[in-house]
Amino acid sequence: MNVLKTNSITMQFGGVIAVNELAIDVNEHEIVALIGPNGAGKTTAFNMITGVYKPTSGTVQYTDVQGNQIDITGKKPSDIAKLGIARTFQNIRLFKELSVYENVMIAKHLHLKANFLAATLHLPGYNKEQAEAEASVEKLLKSVNLWELRNEKASALPYGQQRHLEIVRALATEPRLLLLDEPAAGMNPKETEELTAFIRQIRDQYNLTIFLIEHHMDLVMEISDRIYVLDFGMTIAQGDPQSIQNNQRVITAYLGEDEDA
Amino acid sequence: MEFFQAFANMTAASFAQHMANGISLGSLYAMIAIGYTMVYGILLMINFAHGDIVMMACYFAFFGITVFHIPWFMTFIGTIIATALLGVVIERAAYRPLRDAPKNSVLISAIGASFLLENLANYLFSGRPMRFPDIPLLSQNIAVGGGVQIQAICFVIPVITIISLVVLLHIVNHTKTGMAMRAVSKDYEIARVMGINIDNVISITFAIGSAMAAIGAIMWGIRYPGITPMLGVMPGLKCFVAAVVGGIGNIKGAVLGGFILGLGEILIVAFFPQLSGYRDAFAFIVLILILYYKPTGLLGETTTEKV
Amino acid sequence: MTMKKRNLLLSIIAVIVLFGVANFVQLEMDAYIRRIVNLCMIYAIIGLSMNITNGFVGQFALGQAGFMAVGAYVVGIFTVPVAMRPGVFYATPMNPAIINIYMPLGVALIVGGLLAALIAFVIGTPVLRLRGDYLAIATLGFSEIIRIVITNASSITNGALGIKNIPPLNDVRIIFLATLITFILITLLINSSYGRAFKAIREDEIAAEAMGIDLFYHKNLAFMISAFFAGIGGGLYGALLGTVDPKNFLFTLTYNFLLIIVLGGMGSITGSMLGAVIVTAGLEYLRVFDEPLELFGMAIPLFRPGFRMVMFSVLLMFCVLFWRKGIMGTEEFTWDKFVNFCKHPLAYFTKKGAHAE
Repeated sequence: MNVLKTNSITMQFGGVIAVNELAIDVNEHEIVALIGPNGAGKTTAFNMITGVYKPTSGTVQYTDVQGNQIDITGKKPSDIAKLGIARTFQNIRLFKELSVYENVMIAKHLHLKANFLAATLHLPGYNKEQAEAEASVEKLLKSVNLWELRNEKASALPYGQQRHLEIVRALATEPRLLLLDEPAAGMNPKETEELTAFIRQIRDQYNLTIFLIEHHMDLVMEISDRIYVLDFGMTIAQGDPQSIQNNQRVITAYLGEDEDA
Repeated sequence: MEFFQAFANMTAASFAQHMANGISLGSLYAMIAIGYTMVYGILLMINFAHGDIVMMACYFAFFGITVFHIPWFMTFIGTIIATALLGVVIERAAYRPLRDAPKNSVLISAIGASFLLENLANYLFSGRPMRFPDIPLLSQNIAVGGGVQIQAICFVIPVITIISLVVLLHIVNHTKTGMAMRAVSKDYEIARVMGINIDNVISITFAIGSAMAAIGAIMWGIRYPGITPMLGVMPGLKCFVAAVVGGIGNIKGAVLGGFILGLGEILIVAFFPQLSGYRDAFAFIVLILILYYKPTGLLGETTTEKV
Repeated sequence: MTMKKRNLLLSIIAVIVLFGVANFVQLEMDAYIRRIVNLCMIYAIIGLSMNITNGFVGQFALGQAGFMAVGAYVVGIFTVPVAMRPGVFYATPMNPAIINIYMPLGVALIVGGLLAALIAFVIGTPVLRLRGDYLAIATLGFSEIIRIVITNASSITNGALGIKNIPPLNDVRIIFLATLITFILITLLINSSYGRAFKAIREDEIAAEAMGIDLFYHKNLAFMISAFFAGIGGGLYGALLGTVDPKNFLFTLTYNFLLIIVLGGMGSITGSMLGAVIVTAGLEYLRVFDEPLELFGMAIPLFRPGFRMVMFSVLLMFCVLFWRKGIMGTEEFTWDKFVNFCKHPLAYFTKKGAHAE
């Protein structure tokens, strides 16, 4: 059963076609990667899926836990997040001036049932919800060794931990589908290796489906069940890691890319 | 009903008078709106002090003619130069130090600059209204028949506005400076990398915008001779609205917006006299409507924020 | 004793002490001092209300004077005793629909706050969807429209003549309680999940949206809450003055609160409280600038009417240009920091700004 399916989504900015008739599907519990040279339209694809952009044409379909097929094309990003799609950003977008703890607690807000009056007056119903949220955030932060640093400002963390925090913040929304935009960007091989294990671990632990954009080929080849390759907005290949590695068109598209990456 | 009554009671002459009022007010708004749109185009900030620059220009002209007895023509040239300098100084002192600061800080600084000019004018020139000097020919009324008189300046204002606009568009579209200005407003960072002196371009933008405001202010003074330290506030707010209505960053749009607001304001009061108390509300209702239905303004381009 | 209990105890002691001070001011001080103290507290309420949108949600709204006017006029219209109304509305008779409606001050304050919130909703719905910087102009414009409407709706508001004979509220203790309640409610709101959502929007709108925070809903909510408290503050202001007049609510009034939150720190509740006291008392003491001053038999020419407001605007500029974080930044006064400071007063100065955990 697919969790995410895009039906020929196209994004056009003025005369430029950033993504052309992209058709992907991501099945439950899969890890699927979207790769391609810089400027291929990968992040634009993410932005269409998460509602930041409304596709010029085509539709995005999402299947929720109950198995309902929902057309999420052009819905508000916040509504899409509420349906169970969480994401991270290529150029880390943490709430910089807020503490590590607040960053993750904010992600719990979308599940809050209490209205602002109940929350302001700290009525029992709200307090109960908050206690649960706090417990779950504590668990999450401990799992990535950020609990000790919970009162630090997010911007004060080292780069690698900021990446982890961003993923944890996304996890706190309790997603079914997690979109990771270049999670290993700027990481050294050792950190990348740890991240690979981490992604796999959260997938199993939280029963996630993961769709990611990445340039680190080691990570992509090791982790992905399937891969889509984008070049100039067009899908030039798709398949399992093996077949992608041997695909002539992919190799051509990437020539010269690997040296400076 | 009242509309038809008002319309029926209107003679050709009084209609001509309303049109003359509306077109001249629209032209004045256009002259001031240009300054807002140019600054916004380049710095993406609302220059709150722009309306107060208009006010200061009125006082410069007043002092030149009434107090120092400089011939009016010389005074006007001096006023334009002094106002352009004032605009440049405000940018240097209040906006440049905050170039890399959060947007809200710049906005507060602009409000501070505006408030400072108002208070300074109040302190230096007192809050009592002063009378803008009569200018030979321009301040006189011309009879147009039916007992209706139209001030001569009403015929001059649109002409000067059109000439100023043509000159300005020539500068922006056909000179090196204008090219640099367009480059900076298109992409600040790339323009910097391409070796354009951003600071100079911004100074020139403020100088031109303020000079246009000064021309507008002189005509404003002749048309509406009571000048006070708060004179620039309402026109300032309305002209920013005019710039937004036309499509912020677009000079022709600012002129279009200025005419829509000026004419609209006058004609609404002419046809619905009972609404005259709400005259100042008109611009803001237009603002809400335009933001709701066409946020980029009538002539603006749609842009997409990069994530 | 846990830290939490200790802090609560300290807070209660502080409130009792402050109430004692309010009581003392009420009973022992002259009318001038009482007026300044009352004004400080009312400005604190409005400063706090403005900080919700501008400091915590990061939306630059400048409508406080308009919302104050709404609150003040509701108090003005409905708390004047019915018998005195014909005397107040001598030029245009009062609208018969409301001439017999009387509200006690407490009810009128709440109604004024709610009406201000409703107006905020009507304004916010079109404006908050759009770019942040248009909000400043639109709210400023609406604040003026509210004033224009008040000036023109003579049969309800008595137009440009204003409403006189509002039963004056001249009790420091009552205004203290109103300020305290506002302070507590806003503190609780900011420390709730909604407060965190507000701050998330301030920090990064796109990330906040991706975390499921509905920008429009939360901005509008904050805008309405801000208007509500501005309406309450305005109502108290009207009751304190005993008269309301459209000229009291010029948009420049909003700049007072802007200075309060900038000076105190955008995004700090305790900062706004401090800012309110400093700005209000400061504006009062700056009045010496408006008086002619003679030093050694020579008149100093600078000092004449208007100089005070020049200093005020210079101060605002100075704060933004050189002291952008204000007194508190986004930090808050907490008992933990206070106790630490008392234990190690020197450490605070040697390790500047560092607080031991």
